[in-house]
Amino acid sequence: MTHQQLMALLPFMELATASIVIILLIAFRQGHTIIQIIGFLMMCLVIFTMWYVRDVLPQAIMPLLIVDGYGALFTGLIIFCVLVVGLFSYIYFEEREENPREYYILIFLSTLGAAILTISRHFISFFIGLELLSVSLYALIAYLRTRNNAVEAGIKYLLLAALTSAFLLFGMALIYMDTGSMDFSIIAKKLDSSSPLFIAGFSLIMVAVGFKLALVPFHLWAADVYQGAPPPVASFIATVSKIGVFAVLLRFAQELHLQSNHSVMTIVSAIAILSMITGNILALRQQNIKRLLAYSSIAHFGYLLVAFLPGNSRGVEAAAFYLIAYAVTILIAFGVMILLSAKDKDADSLSVYRGLFWEKPFVAVVLSVALLSLAGIPLTAGFIGKFYVLMAGVEQQAWLPVIVLVVTSVIGLYYYLRIISTLFSDVAVVIQKEKSLHPFFYAASYAALVVLVMMLLGFGVVPSIIIPGIKQFLLIGN
Amino acid sequence: MILVWLIVVLLSGGMLCWLIARWNPMAAKWIALFAVLADLAILMNIWLQYGRGTHTSTDTWMIQYQTAWIPSFGISFHVAIDGLSMILLLLTFFLGTLAVLCSWKEIHNRTGFYYFNLLWTLAGISGVFVALDLFLFYFFWEVMLVPMYLLILIWGDKNRRYAAYKFFIFTQAGGLLMLLSILSLYFTHGAKNGTYSYDYFSLLNTQLEPATAKWIMIGFMIAFVIKLPMVPFHSWLPDAHSEAPTAGSLILAGLLLKTGAYGIIRFVLPLFHQAAVDIAWWAMLFGVIGIIYGAMMAFAQTDIKRLIAYTSVSHMGFVLTGIFAFREIAMQGVVMQIVTHGISTGALFVLAGMIKERLHTRDIEKMGGLWTSMPAMGGVAMLFTMASLGLPVLGNFIAEFLILLGTFQANVLLTVLASTGLVFSALYSLRMMQKVFLGPTTSGDKLTDITARELIILATLSIAIVLLGLYPQTVMDLLSYRLH
Repeated sequence: MTHQQLMALLPFMELATASIVIILLIAFRQGHTIIQIIGFLMMCLVIFTMWYVRDVLPQAIMPLLIVDGYGALFTGLIIFCVLVVGLFSYIYFEEREENPREYYILIFLSTLGAAILTISRHFISFFIGLELLSVSLYALIAYLRTRNNAVEAGIKYLLLAALTSAFLLFGMALIYMDTGSMDFSIIAKKLDSSSPLFIAGFSLIMVAVGFKLALVPFHLWAADVYQGAPPPVASFIATVSKIGVFAVLLRFAQELHLQSNHSVMTIVSAIAILSMITGNILALRQQNIKRLLAYSSIAHFGYLLVAFLPGNSRGVEAAAFYLIAYAVTILIAFGVMILLSAKDKDADSLSVYRGLFWEKPFVAVVLSVALLSLAGIPLTAGFIGKFYVLMAGVEQQAWLPVIVLVVTSVIGLYYYLRIISTLFSDVAVVIQKEKSLHPFFYAASYAALVVLVMMLLGFGVVPSIIIPGIKQFLLIGN
Repeated sequence: MILVWLIVVLLSGGMLCWLIARWNPMAAKWIALFAVLADLAILMNIWLQYGRGTHTSTDTWMIQYQTAWIPSFGISFHVAIDGLSMILLLLTFFLGTLAVLCSWKEIHNRTGFYYFNLLWTLAGISGVFVALDLFLFYFFWEVMLVPMYLLILIWGDKNRRYAAYKFFIFTQAGGLLMLLSILSLYFTHGAKNGTYSYDYFSLLNTQLEPATAKWIMIGFMIAFVIKLPMVPFHSWLPDAHSEAPTAGSLILAGLLLKTGAYGIIRFVLPLFHQAAVDIAWWAMLFGVIGIIYGAMMAFAQTDIKRLIAYTSVSHMGFVLTGIFAFREIAMQGVVMQIVTHGISTGALFVLAGMIKERLHTRDIEKMGGLWTSMPAMGGVAMLFTMASLGLPVLGNFIAEFLILLGTFQANVLLTVLASTGLVFSALYSLRMMQKVFLGPTTSGDKLTDITARELIILATLSIAIVLLGLYPQTVMDLLSYRLH
């Protein structure tokens, strides 16, 4: 391994070190606050290193990994999400019944898995990354193990994830049998696109990927897991885990030029259409915000697949922008939920939010902006994201998915508006919230929300502050 | 640049209202009033500078301003006004001022946030009237939606949630279809000419296949006729109008509906001329259906605000018919109708709001004989009822007369049918007048007649409608900036 390759891998090594550092800190009996601060600094360090080594990119570490602009962009987004999730975790876990310290080990391990996914160019690293991501998630979902829903959610996720991993391996084996390689670029060279073996293999891989992204028909776990998992973990699943998996799917498709393969694209557009319809319709009558966000995320990844269909640079840009907008939005939504959660009960029922605007205007406005962004209303990044995706779809003349996208967004509008109208409704329920114990971390969480909202509005009003950046990153290594 | 200020004044005024109301709700009202008046003054100034006398030169744009916004997509911040935009903007700020004034007493709670929403709605509407970049147009089209939704949702009547949802979802459905059309136009244009742009002027000379043009136009048309509204897309309108607070109804009827008509005139006709000619007969037919259907529904209503809402459906039918007659005289009538309907229907909603403040009901069965206790209000109501049914001397007569004159050249049968709408309008107007102000008194309480503030509002509206009836040339002059 050359010096430059080592440099390129440095951020990922730091990420791996982070979990070890946390283990050591626990061994030396350090408190939650110290662990939180060290963890936060480690993540900042990762981002800083990423920026520092940007000039040596792209670097391929044969045969498993390739660190290029694409990987750096998605890893950066993942680390950013973890920073925010970590910050919100402090106030949440400090007040809960479980010892919070091991939580950070699992979070960082899981992040490492997601980060590896974004830079993998080989089935082995794909699989390792995915397993690293899932295995930590089993424990994270059931972290508050005395709560009934949590254990149920953890088991459900464990069983289904194990099952789909088997599918993934089988799919990889089939493609290996067909092409004799597990390296993406070699597969691309040897691939006979109409080979039934390859189609079968890809479909099996899609089962595993679809499970992770909660796409229909592999979405059955989503609502239960979102509901059972602690809100910081749910936000982690919604952002980090999905970004990582989507990144590897996109890279796999780009390398193999899957978009020109008609039967593969039929499968993908069918999944996209089903996800958009099912997600939006199931969310309509939900009274539990976590479940509602779970169903809406199904729909949103359906939208994202529309950007996946063209397979040109515009599609990739659209997907990257959409993921950024979506991640910021969903972090805000869960952040608000965490701030409102009472000690023994998460703020996941819609009734908690009734009249919130008149009680806590700041939090309610923040949440409304996030919901409007999810609904794709202008002035928010969600609108530009949806616009970008539609643009990619219309350019490709993929009329059916595009029209389904439009129609289902209108359906989706209903449930976002329902939450907003609850926020603004008259009967105010006073939220019992004892005086905050950790003023500094509460202030930090509020500050994080402010920053996120500024990003959401900033990207929505002046998207040109970020689009050139995305384009530049995606060009590195292409 | 001055056009940008028009919008910025409203946006920042709204923010200021919201922030300041925490300490002093009274100040919020004055800020709101001041912001709208400032815009009105700026616009008057532009009008006096550019818009006087009949215009003859070829450049119809008074002021243009363009700057890059999202260059990688070919999106620019391009705003401009011509005569049509000027007329609609004047209407916007005129009615905007009155909207602020008529909420002065009506809104007691959450004043600051109320004026925030009011001003942001107005900002979105003025943005729609000046935008010349299709992306920007769509942007403003959506911006006016959310605050209007909140106005209905928070300060509306009993059934407000349902009305607010319906309003938002109908409009958004149309809006998204329009967005699809905008994107298709963008790519078709880009593929032909090599430059990808959302700019109105570069899209104007796109050569489209007839079939493509038809589909793209349908996307635009659906968005606009939902707003207009055209039967059968009108069902959001009675709910939204009747549940909204008075100022909300005023803005909805006076301005929001006009964005639909404006969209057709500004975008559909120039961009897809041939396709529009092809559907002209159908559009006129649906316009006539709207005229008759709206009038009949209005006759059957017992809720006074729903009644007025249905008269809007009927009047906007004239607009649709007039536009698709493709005669210059009809188009002049359409613009007149846009202005006079904004004023007369707005006034009727204001009156309905005042009655509701006093009687706490919208049911006309429970009203009656109000003239005895409120003669002044009765007089004004009579004036606007007469305006609504198209009595000469008042603005609406000119508008409808011109439209029918134009459509007669295009299609005799439909014009005859449309004229029956005038008879129906007499029916529903007189019925409303009789039920509310004449007949035996039902309410025993002593009712106060209009106050000084209400007098100002109603007097301004009355003067405007009479002036437009006697001297419509002002509007025609401004319109010469567009049609020649």
